[in-house]
Amino acid sequence: MTLVLTLVAAIVVTVLRFAKPDIAVRNKLGLLALFYWGASVMWCVDGFASLAEGEAFIEISGKAAMADDALLGMCVVLLGLVVWAVCKAVAHFSDRSRAQH
Amino acid sequence: MACFLVPTAEAIVTTVVAKCMKDAEVDPASVGDAVQAAKEDGRISWRTKLSWLNGLLWGGAVLLCLEHVWHGEVVFYPPFLTAMHSPADTAVMLKEMGTVGVGMALLVTAVWGVMILIVDRSPSLRTALAGRRG
Repeated sequence: MTLVLTLVAAIVVTVLRFAKPDIAVRNKLGLLALFYWGASVMWCVDGFASLAEGEAFIEISGKAAMADDALLGMCVVLLGLVVWAVCKAVAHFSDRSRAQH
Repeated sequence: MACFLVPTAEAIVTTVVAKCMKDAEVDPASVGDAVQAAKEDGRISWRTKLSWLNGLLWGGAVLLCLEHVWHGEVVFYPPFLTAMHSPADTAVMLKEMGTVGVGMALLVTAVWGVMILIVDRSPSLRTALAGRRG
């Protein structure tokens, strides 16, 4: 579920990136899309490693485990947003201080 | 266990390289004809392409770090990795870093390589990205 939620977030942000270029430029949506794609690719490798060990690609055994995984996925998407906001703020202040000098 | 440390190490290296490239571009004496030509025909600079790899690697590493914290594999006190408590677990962790971690770093780099191949061969996409970078 973590992989699925991150992948959905990656696809949504990528579609927004190309559908709304003006908003994307202002808000550095490309960076957010890269964050989610990077994590999705890494979890895919993790999933294939699980497959190689005879486990499931995505854990779907038990409602509690799935709920935990879904909650983790939501936290991952939220953390991506937080890191992106911090990156945006840092870039903003960096640009401002460069303009002042 | 600590597979995300391998992409993190790669991210540190690529960030340092990107910083060196940025410093070189800021120096007016080092802005060569190649950079100017790239700007004129809409080509995307290697610094920008490297920033995409940085985004993929840092984003993936940070989000995977959260997953490891969630599962109790990374803690906020030394030695930070619970697998470091016993030599047997450490061996398993190192094996996982060598297989899954290296696989993650390689696949992310391969995806980035495919990305820049597509962008370099698609003038419309290149123009869109060069003009409206997000």
